[in-house]
Amino acid sequence: MKRRGFPAAARKALRNDQLRGNLALATGTIRERRAKAVDERPDWEELREAGRTLKLRVLRHLDSYLVQFERAVEAAGGHVHWARDDVEAGSVVARLVAEAGATEVVKVKSMTTDEIGLSEQLAASGIEVVETDLAELICQLAGDPPSHILVPAIHKNRTEIRDLFRRTIGAPDLSDEPRELAEAARLHLRRKFLSARVAVSGANFGVAETGSVCVVESEGNGRFCTTLPQTLITVMGIEKLVPSVEDLEVFFQLLPRSSTGERMNPYTSLWTGVTPGDGPQEFHVVLLDNGRTSVLADEVGRQTLACIRCSACLNVCPVYIRTGGHAYGSVYPGPIGAILTPQLSGVGGDASSLPYASSLCGACYEVCPVKIDIPRVLVHLRSRIVAEKAGGAGERIAMRVLARAFADEHRYERAQKLGRAAGRPFARKGAISHLPLLGAWTDARDLRPVARQTFREWWRTR
Amino acid sequence: MRVTLFVTCLTDTVAPEAGIAVVRILERLGHEVEFPPAQTCCGQMHLNAGYRREGRALARRFVRVFADAELVVAPSASCVGTVRELYPTLADGDEAMAREIDTLVPRVFELSELLAGRFGLEDVGATFPHRVTYHPTCHSLRVLRSGDAPYRLLRAVRDLELVELPEATECCGFGGTFAVKNADTSAAILADKVRCVLDTGADVCTASDSSCLLQIGGALSRLRTGVRTAHLAEILAAEGR
Repeated sequence: MKRRGFPAAARKALRNDQLRGNLALATGTIRERRAKAVDERPDWEELREAGRTLKLRVLRHLDSYLVQFERAVEAAGGHVHWARDDVEAGSVVARLVAEAGATEVVKVKSMTTDEIGLSEQLAASGIEVVETDLAELICQLAGDPPSHILVPAIHKNRTEIRDLFRRTIGAPDLSDEPRELAEAARLHLRRKFLSARVAVSGANFGVAETGSVCVVESEGNGRFCTTLPQTLITVMGIEKLVPSVEDLEVFFQLLPRSSTGERMNPYTSLWTGVTPGDGPQEFHVVLLDNGRTSVLADEVGRQTLACIRCSACLNVCPVYIRTGGHAYGSVYPGPIGAILTPQLSGVGGDASSLPYASSLCGACYEVCPVKIDIPRVLVHLRSRIVAEKAGGAGERIAMRVLARAFADEHRYERAQKLGRAAGRPFARKGAISHLPLLGAWTDARDLRPVARQTFREWWRTR
Repeated sequence: MRVTLFVTCLTDTVAPEAGIAVVRILERLGHEVEFPPAQTCCGQMHLNAGYRREGRALARRFVRVFADAELVVAPSASCVGTVRELYPTLADGDEAMAREIDTLVPRVFELSELLAGRFGLEDVGATFPHRVTYHPTCHSLRVLRSGDAPYRLLRAVRDLELVELPEATECCGFGGTFAVKNADTSAAILADKVRCVLDTGADVCTASDSSCLLQIGGALSRLRTGVRTAHLAEILAAEGR
């Protein structure tokens, strides 16, 4: 069978033993930490419910919250720009950087800027982007796309990182001790922080009431970026709002415990517009749609926009932990990527293999801090793909034939008998080890043939 | 009581011994078993694969076939999960269908739910002298939330040695059409499940779903491990050997 999309990329990734080992170790560690951090909270289920309720409320009234946010940002001395898509957002940012007279920007780790390919867009305008998150820096130096939402370089182990640093930013005798590796990155980045005139960030949250923007992080690189440069540009998806500052308390508990397995993340930066004499004196927010309003229009799919990018679903997904993030061919990998990317880019498009990259085991739903019913959305997206006839023709025919057989017990019983006769030449001692058309199954495992006596045949003999 | 069996299309066709076992257990406990021959498939495969229209037609059929049943039992956590979780999303404004679904859903049980939950039983009179490990399927664990019901039933089986399965809550990689559409990934997930089963030293791996057992059993057989699968119902029906 010819494979394209996720199945083809996964097949390749599954052959990479180094990758499998790196992923199993890293996801296993984060999973344990998360489980411990979550078990500490007797009110975890109430917190999840509160997080979901808040996010869904914002989505229901998004139009008014966005306008409220815009007014508040401008009242506090900031500027708001609206971007319909990736290109519009990229050109706004490029123009702002040029107006600030800069040719280099430091960047806070951000999924949204990755989604719009901002670094590539800025590079095309002659602006160099320096990723300041350690793992993002590793990916940038290696020329690899990130492969995990929280841990973008999860596909690399420390020996691979040592070799990379030796080639790029480190001394030739650098060891693979995490401390030494971090120090090499620190020295490299410190120079960039001190010289940069413009920083670009994403946003974990925007507060509608006050116009405040919030970034949570672990390394302090974000704090440098949001305080040192003269100009700060934040690219934020329109779904990132919360109504008021108090609402953040729910997410400040849900997010670190779900993502890094910590009670609290080391750095939480929250700023409101511009403060004369303190921090950036120019502040811009680019509010990005890029498909989000069409996600919002889908009654089942819209809960996807409640995602707070914790990545807990990746670490428990039996598919992700074996294939890694690159197989998804999408900035957002794992279960959340499998529902978000096809909705943002259109279900019939390149990402149409993603909703099938799941066994529907439900582990993602169980850990999601805002209770996104990922299996339900996956199934819903599959039905949209089928409705648009974007799936395989062979499958469509097989499903139609089976539906016809199941629609009538006599036809169903004839189909059973036909299956029994067709399988007979292939069955040895109650097992079929090769069956044409079902090679995808029998390549790896035996198949049970149709029973000599089906249950209903036995029932009639009683 | 009168219990109506929904045997499921997969069990009917490739694993009838599990369906026969359900009949034996219930009759041994003094219940009357009924099997409406008009039943076919609950529509799980079509619904999960995105063939909603076809799945909805099968759901309609299921609701009609079992409308008069007092209690419906199925030896499959995923089929019962389909009825319980997906059927209520299928009415599409058809109020009669919504009502029929609402009245039927609370009467449909997976086997271990019926025995340990509804009937409050642990010992169902079985004897099975083997070393057994139990794989809690994703649907029994995360959709039906069967909890320890299957374990309590297994612990009460005479001469059975129950050994804990490492990483038990991990999926086996079946996932219906996933096993074929993403065969490589499915096989990689399965390989780890098989390794865990072999680590227990069990002679029999059991579960409450013929579909997961088709996947796990297919690999145990291909690799000539000498370990076999048996549906939970077969163990609970066994009377020695």
